Amino acid sequence: MSGLRILVGCKRVIDYAVKVRVRPDKLGVVTEGVKHSMNPFDEIAVEEAVRLKEKKLASEIIVASCGPQQNQETLRTALAMGADKAIHVLVEDKDYSNLQPIHVSKLLAKIAAEEKVDIVLLGKQAIDDDCNQTGQMLAAILDWPQGTFASKVVKKDGSLDVTREVDGGLETINIKLPAVITTDLRLNEPRYATLPNIMKAKKKPLTTKKPSDYGVEIKSSHQVLSVEDPPTREAGQKVESVDLLVAKLKEAGFMKS
Amino acid sequence: MAQLVKKIVTSKILLNKGKYCLYKCDGRFLGDSWVAGSCIDPSLGLNDDQKNIQSLAIDFARNELQPNMKKWDEEEFFPVEAMRKAASLGFGAVYCSEKFGGSGMSRLDTSIIFEALAQGCTSTTAYISIHNMCAWMIDEFGNEAQRGRWIPQLASMEKFASYCLTEPNNGSDAANLTLSAKRDGDHYILNGSKTFISGGGESDIYVLMCRTGEKGPKGISCIVIEKGTPGLDFGKKEKKVGWNSQPTRAVILEDCRVPVSHLIGQPGDGFKIAMKGLNGGRTNIASCSLGAAQACLEISRDYLKIRKQFNQPLENFQYLQFLLAEMATKVTASRLMVRQAAQALDEDWPEKVALCSMAKYFATEECFNVCNHAVQIHGGYGYLKDYPVQQHMRDCRVHQILEGTNEIMRLLVSRDILLEGQRKYS
Repeated sequence: MSGLRILVGCKRVIDYAVKVRVRPDKLGVVTEGVKHSMNPFDEIAVEEAVRLKEKKLASEIIVASCGPQQNQETLRTALAMGADKAIHVLVEDKDYSNLQPIHVSKLLAKIAAEEKVDIVLLGKQAIDDDCNQTGQMLAAILDWPQGTFASKVVKKDGSLDVTREVDGGLETINIKLPAVITTDLRLNEPRYATLPNIMKAKKKPLTTKKPSDYGVEIKSSHQVLSVEDPPTREAGQKVESVDLLVAKLKEAGFMKS
Repeated sequence: MAQLVKKIVTSKILLNKGKYCLYKCDGRFLGDSWVAGSCIDPSLGLNDDQKNIQSLAIDFARNELQPNMKKWDEEEFFPVEAMRKAASLGFGAVYCSEKFGGSGMSRLDTSIIFEALAQGCTSTTAYISIHNMCAWMIDEFGNEAQRGRWIPQLASMEKFASYCLTEPNNGSDAANLTLSAKRDGDHYILNGSKTFISGGGESDIYVLMCRTGEKGPKGISCIVIEKGTPGLDFGKKEKKVGWNSQPTRAVILEDCRVPVSHLIGQPGDGFKIAMKGLNGGRTNIASCSLGAAQACLEISRDYLKIRKQFNQPLENFQYLQFLLAEMATKVTASRLMVRQAAQALDEDWPEKVALCSMAKYFATEECFNVCNHAVQIHGGYGYLKDYPVQQHMRDCRVHQILEGTNEIMRLLVSRDILLEGQRKYS
C-alpha cells in the first residue's frame, strides 16, 4: 500500500502572545494591524503530518485554510514546515465573520473527498473561538471514525491507535482508516521552518478556490449580540479563622445560612 | 542563615513597595506589545518573503534566546547548543552561497534576521554575525577545496569561527599590523599575537590577517588556522562589561606552522578581504544594535503603561511621551540606514563602503542612546540585573568600538565626500 494522503486544516488566528482588545462597537475583537499566526494546535497537526511523511508512512500532505487573502501567509508557513501543496478557500472579509465550524467542516469534507485523503488532521480547537467542533462535525459529515484530543498516534495495519487525553486520564482507541484526528498539546513539538524550506515553499503549489466551488454557502445561523471584557479581577480577602470564612461565604450567598 | 533571611526580606520589600515593579520583566514575550501596525513595526516596508524570514527569526529569538539571555550573561556561558540550533535553521552561513551549504540569502535578509535575533540576546547574535562574516570571507575568496572543506562545517556550526585582525599595537591602524608569516616550503611560520578576538579559545577556525610581504596593506594576507595547531595558543578570558555570552581572548602564535593551502586568495589580498568582510560585518553589527534598541523600546513602552507615580501612569507625562517618540524615531531612522546599506551591498553600489560606514556609526550610536534612555525610563529598576534593559545597553555599547571604531567610520565617510577626481571604490 503506497503512503497515506493527509489533509491538514490550518486556521489563521490572532497570535497567542498578543493582548486582545474588544472593538469599540463591542461586536468582536480588534484584528486590524494585529499580529496573526497559525493556530498553535494546527501547527501541531502540520508537524504530525510531516513526521508521518518522514517515517515514510505518508506520501502527500495537503494543507487547507478557509479565510481572507491573508490566510495565504499561514499556508506558506505550513508549506515551509514540510507540506506539499496548499488549498486556499477564499472567504472575503465581509463573509468571514459568518464563517462557522459547520461551514469549515463541510468545505473540508468536500476537499477530503476530492483529494482522496486517508487522514484529516486538525487542531482540537482554535484559540480565538475555542469551539472544538470542526473535527467532530467533519467526521460526522464524512461518516469517518474520529480520534480527538490526540496525544499519540500510531499507525497500524489499515487503522490507527490513538491515545486521547480525556478527563479521567489517557484513553487509547483503535480507529479504522480513513479517519479524522484532532491534535492536543502534547502530541508533538512543532519544528521551526528553516531558511531553505521557506525559500522552497515559494515554489510549492497553492490553489485558490471559493466556497461556491464546493457548493457551500456561508450563511450564519446565529448572530453575535455583544463581546465584552471579562470583569476586572477584584482583590481577595484574607480571614483569620475558619469561622470567619464560613460567615463570609454565607454572607456572599455561596452557602446556605 | 542571616543572608538567606536578608534575601527573603529584600524580595518581600520589592514585592510590596510597588505592585507594579516585579511586572513580567522575565515573562515578557518579544512582540507582546502593540508593535504590529504601529510606526515602530520592524516589518514595515518588507515583502512577504522577508516577513516570513523575520517571523522565523523572531520566533527563534522568543523561544530560544530571550529566556536565556540573563543567565548566559551572568554565567558567561557560550551557548553552543542554542547556536547550533540556530544554524540548523540556516542562520550559520546566511549570506554564503548555497553551493557548499550556505543559505544564499541577501544582506538585507541577513540584517532582518540579526535584528530579530538580537532582540532575544544581543551578545549571542553579535557572535553569530561574526561567525557568518568569517564564513562569507572563506566562501567568497577561498578556492573550491577550502570552501568544500570549511563552509559545511561553519554552516552547521559544527565548527565555530573567529575573525582575527586587531593586534595589541594595531587597532584602527590595522593596515600596519605586524603578525608575521614567513614562507617555509609549503608552510607559513606565524609569529605574533591578536587581541580582543571574539570566540577566541572556543572557536575552531581562525580567519587571520598576517604580514607576508611589504609594509602597509599590500603586504597582508589572509590565512585560516585551525584550533589545535601546534604554536597556536590563547590568552586569558577577558572580563567584559557586556558580550558575556561570548569569550574574548588574545590569540598568540609562536612559530606556528600553517599549510600554504590555508591561504585565502593570493598573498597580498588579505587587507582587501578583511575590509570587504567588514562591510558586511558593519551592517550586521548595526543590525544587532537595532535589535537591542527595538527590544528596549518595546519594554519601555510597556513599562510606561504600568508604572504609576503621582497617581497616574508614566505614559501620561508629556516628557516621557516625547522621549518615547524620539527613541522610536532614532530606531526607525537607524533601521532605514542599515537596510539601505545592506541593499547597497546586495546591489554592489559604488558608494557601498561609505554607506555601510554611515549606517554603522549612526545606528550603533543612536541605538545605544535608546537603550540608555530605556534604563533611565525604568528608574532604579533599570539599573537592576533583573531587568533586561541594562543588559541590552551593556551589550550594544561595544558596537560603537569594534568592527571599525565610529571614529574610523567618520573618516571613511568624510574621505568619500572630500575626494577630488576619480573615486577608487573597493
